[in-house]
Amino acid sequence: MNKLTRICAASALVFASNHTFAADVTIEIQNLTQGMYFTPIAAVAHTPDASLFELGEEASPEIQEMAEGGSLAGLTTIATSISADVLAEPTAGPLEPTQSVSGSFMTADGNTVLSVVAMILPSNDGFIGLDNWTIPTEAGTYTVYLNAYDAGTEANDELVGGGAPGVPGMPAPPFLTLGTDGSGVTAVSTNTNVHIHPGNIGDDDAAGGKSDVTNSIHRWLNPVAKVTVTVN
Amino acid sequence: MIKRLKSNKMPLALLVGLPILLSACNDDEVEVIREVIVEVPAPVPTPVDVSYEITITNLTNAQPLSPAAIVLHADGHLFSVGEVPSVALEQMAEGGMNAGLLALGMASASGVDAIGPGGSETISVTIQDVTDAKLSVATMLVNTNDAFSGLDALDLSTLAVGDSWSATAGVYDAGTEVNSEAAGTMPGPADGGEGFNATRTDTGYVAMHPGVVTVDDGLTNSVLTVQHKFDNPAVRIMVTRIE
Repeated sequence: MNKLTRICAASALVFASNHTFAADVTIEIQNLTQGMYFTPIAAVAHTPDASLFELGEEASPEIQEMAEGGSLAGLTTIATSISADVLAEPTAGPLEPTQSVSGSFMTADGNTVLSVVAMILPSNDGFIGLDNWTIPTEAGTYTVYLNAYDAGTEANDELVGGGAPGVPGMPAPPFLTLGTDGSGVTAVSTNTNVHIHPGNIGDDDAAGGKSDVTNSIHRWLNPVAKVTVTVN
Repeated sequence: MIKRLKSNKMPLALLVGLPILLSACNDDEVEVIREVIVEVPAPVPTPVDVSYEITITNLTNAQPLSPAAIVLHADGHLFSVGEVPSVALEQMAEGGMNAGLLALGMASASGVDAIGPGGSETISVTIQDVTDAKLSVATMLVNTNDAFSGLDALDLSTLAVGDSWSATAGVYDAGTEVNSEAAGTMPGPADGGEGFNATRTDTGYVAMHPGVVTVDDGLTNSVLTVQHKFDNPAVRIMVTRIE
């Protein structure tokens, strides 16, 4: 018994001492909401001096195109340019309510922090976010809960529209059941920096009202996602 | 002269000394104490109580909590996001009836009454000889269709006597009754309507609750008002091992 314990402790020590150079990491992300969808998720291990987004700062164009339309093109280009390790499946379908997705990677030297992003649907520019979370040096399983953020790049009018940056309204992929002919909840985004999303308002009028989302289905309370990180 | 015959190889053996007086021919008397080893069954150890106090505090504005179910179980889950809820969970989440959940435990305890907003209750639960049980807690937010809060399968094995563990808990949706908030559909004082109904009319899986909309925020047929809104967390749970 004692011997086994010591062996375990010794191997943990080996992992710990090697970890600043590389880590074998498994990441699982679960959608905790009852009625919201996530676009394909990007999980990125990178150096601590880099950052995908910062609360209270303006979103980059790459975050904007992710938050408004779910595109990971710009973010993966940046990630490659900074030698980050990326777990992403841009062509995957949406992550449905309460469903999980997982993947593993061996992080490269110096990529000691983890960021996770994906757009929340239906929303104008809502996204789940994990920003520069330090990957633990000790082998084990860790759980992090994510909030919903607002990129601050588009007014939350909650109307069916487009997902390209700068195009008003929400993308409306076929798996979403959305209303029509809403008048628009608002035309402005008061806080144009990344901030905690105030939530959808919605209404109960599928063919009119202020919003094209349903108030008893397309709302959420934080946290909206659970990230389980296993350091092997 | 005293001669002892000793044996102590069986730790659970009962030693019985039988002094036997032997008379010798002469004045000498030789007393021999013989110890006879008698094997007996290992005694049944007295059960040791392992007791916990669970304090539940209602952090909401106007959502009484149904009498809480405190369940100690060996493994598994009382509820899990993404999983189909048990009927016992549905009965608690729709109607505040906790008997089904209590029956799932190796040991369990119920709160004596609803816990009002701002109120708290301390509930004791005792199990014998088990120090590595899982603790689950469940209680309904009664002015909702099927919202509940609680704790799923907290590992108690590292909680020593005198230790406390504390956390806040969010609100889950059982996924068994659509969140209509309509008159006659919620058992709490805001409505006085129906509790448990075996027909499932929602997603069919447990998720985090999206919150109540209320009539004040645009759900025309809701009998709830802004008073009944809640956010996460909704409940504080403190666990103390007392013996």
